Amino acid sequence: MTRPVDLLIIGAGPAGMAAALAAAPSGISIVVLDDNPLPGGQIWRDGPNAQLPTVATEMRAQLQRYSNIHLHSGTKVVAIAGPKRLLLEDAERGWVLGYEKLILCTGARELLLPFPGWTLPGVTGAGGLQALIKSGVPVSGERIVIAGSGPLLLASAATAKKNGAEVVRIAEQAGRRAVSGFALGLWRWPNKAFQAVTLASGAYRLSAHVIEALGSDRLEAVRMQTGSRVEEIACDRLACGFSLVPNTELGSALGCEVRDRAIVVDEWQTTGLTDHYAAGECTGFGGSELALVEGKIAGLVAVGRQEEARAHWPERQRWQRFADRLNQAFTLDPALKTLATADTLVCRCEDVPYAELADHASWNSAKLNTRCGMGACQGRICATAAHTLFGWEPPRLRPPFSPARIATLACLDEPAA
Amino acid sequence: MIQGTDIRGQAADVIIIGGGIIGAACADELASQGLQVCVLDCQRPAATAAGMGHLVVLDHSPAELALGEYSVRLWRELAPQMPENCAMRNNGTLWLACNEEEMAEAERKHAALSEFGLACELMSGAALAKAEPSLRPGLFGALRVTGDGILYAPNAARWLLQRQPERVRQQHAEVVEVQGNRVRLADGQWLQAGAVVLANGIHARDLCPDVPLHAKKGHLLITDRYPIQITHTLVELGYVTSAHKGNGPSVAFNVQQRPTGQLFIGSSRQFDNEDPTIDAAMLGRMLRRAMDFLPDLGQMNGIRSWTGFRSASPDGQPLIGEHPEQPGLWLAVGHEGLGVTTATGTAKLLAAQLLHTPPPLDLDAFLPQRFIGAPAHA
Repeated sequence: MTRPVDLLIIGAGPAGMAAALAAAPSGISIVVLDDNPLPGGQIWRDGPNAQLPTVATEMRAQLQRYSNIHLHSGTKVVAIAGPKRLLLEDAERGWVLGYEKLILCTGARELLLPFPGWTLPGVTGAGGLQALIKSGVPVSGERIVIAGSGPLLLASAATAKKNGAEVVRIAEQAGRRAVSGFALGLWRWPNKAFQAVTLASGAYRLSAHVIEALGSDRLEAVRMQTGSRVEEIACDRLACGFSLVPNTELGSALGCEVRDRAIVVDEWQTTGLTDHYAAGECTGFGGSELALVEGKIAGLVAVGRQEEARAHWPERQRWQRFADRLNQAFTLDPALKTLATADTLVCRCEDVPYAELADHASWNSAKLNTRCGMGACQGRICATAAHTLFGWEPPRLRPPFSPARIATLACLDEPAA
Repeated sequence: MIQGTDIRGQAADVIIIGGGIIGAACADELASQGLQVCVLDCQRPAATAAGMGHLVVLDHSPAELALGEYSVRLWRELAPQMPENCAMRNNGTLWLACNEEEMAEAERKHAALSEFGLACELMSGAALAKAEPSLRPGLFGALRVTGDGILYAPNAARWLLQRQPERVRQQHAEVVEVQGNRVRLADGQWLQAGAVVLANGIHARDLCPDVPLHAKKGHLLITDRYPIQITHTLVELGYVTSAHKGNGPSVAFNVQQRPTGQLFIGSSRQFDNEDPTIDAAMLGRMLRRAMDFLPDLGQMNGIRSWTGFRSASPDGQPLIGEHPEQPGLWLAVGHEGLGVTTATGTAKLLAAQLLHTPPPLDLDAFLPQRFIGAPAHA
């Protein structure tokens, strides 16, 4: 094992980059791990068709300027090797890294809810569509339906439009009262106002949700419910973003408390576990501005600069209020939990349909009897869906946290240095 | 003991606690003999779901060999009726010898199994390399036991529990107390039957503290799906000669490729450790050992690992028979790592005693009397 690093940051999205930059002037050794090829997280994902905001490119440049920050891109955490030791893997090797302090900036992922046809080629998440486009998949001339809830739909629509797609429908499940209440409040956060403008797009519908994706070999149309009306819309792609789910699995495996799907932190961004901090979406969905300030606070606290960290509390509070309003306005309609029919697959890895799961009382019982969640994704998708659909507590992750080479896993036999 | 006509309880003729592979096989066998069976299971993860589903004849003692051979034969007879999701395959076991000492063990084993009428053959290092080219070059040789197999035990158990629905009733319930032929459920309700069978593996201790069972923790890992490259179940002979000898934590090479193409990797053994979480160092050691035999394994992706507990009796053999001090309470526990293999034989031995029919094998080595008191109603 190599020498333990002073500060290990998991995730190079807004929170992780902000944490590293806040801690770096102290001179301590910092390692930032990220599973994407380039830093920026999901929101500032880079690629041939990506146009990053200035703040993102500036932060990336600053990361490179600090010689005490080492960025390992394309690297994932595979297992906990022991106290303050993690097993890591990149494309070439697996290794165990020790740390003195850890900041979890593991972000959030899309909630994928099963509905008839959701496994057809052409159906993706709303963030998934953005990622595809940024990575260079051409969508020019394609008809795209975007459905789900929240501002991610608008961001996704904007990316699709910019790359030549025809966004034929944006279906927001929330109703007029909730959304206009939210939009009216946007004056408090002036740089968010652009989104209110997009609300006026002709393709935008409220109280609208997907019922079924139609097609034989790939997506051909979407059946939508809009208010009390049902309509079919021909399209080439359907992107669904129901909500974001904080990535709490690593925190939970380390022993941090998770409540309401988020890692619990105090005002210093510390978890209940000594020397372990968390910031950004993994502590609850709040957007990139909140993630940036939380990351900054965590980075400062980790190097003992509490007073400076405290100075950022008001800013954090301001963005937390925005996040609260947002989460309140776009609360999921319970009707979305009943879209799946008996034969709709819930677990794609092991081909387990809804009907086989519905009679079980818990995730464990369902898994034991149906093999649900036993595939390569380890239930990351279906256990999250089942949590929403049935209220089943998701299981605690076991190593490997994601598929990893046996040669990497064999490194777990190394004794602690 | 009770005659068939006397076994008329309230809940059923027989209550079986535990719907794993042992409970399921016992239920199926007793139902075949005309009894009404009620299986109580609380759906907690247990050994049947955790194990490898390796049908393997071991020969630490003549009794173990007899029960193993008989049981695997019964599984092979059942195979044509089993649904495809039980993934039953008669793929054979290869016992691998790394050196001369292990080859001597292979020869001893060959003699013992052959004498018992089991089909098996010794293989040279060259023949082994041809049969399983993924193995590292230079192994000394092997013993092939052709009658061994694999199956997916959770589905096999489910199938056994469901195929005689007119006689086997399943109830989702947790048993919290057992008194002879009566059981108390978590909701306070008492159920009674002509006989109660404890078939809940290591958890039998919770209901009957004088059952001498110890948990032996094991780790397993399964890979992603790959083209079929390993046909037999591969086990190192070190498994018997060195690796799992003694009482310290140990690992031994044990790999099979499931019909799905997934490689199933074992094994580890830890005593006096009842923590179900994965011991990272143990998992690492086990995989290092597996890579030592299968060099290409290192580049394959592991997707899932888990632990389970083998329920071991002091002499390694199961307890099958009536509890000597609790008339009406029957035991079918303590199968260690061989529960799936010997479930079929266990069920026959239990049914013969319950129904007073001639046992198919000598019972002495399996009777609970060897550990628990003196028969109260001799």
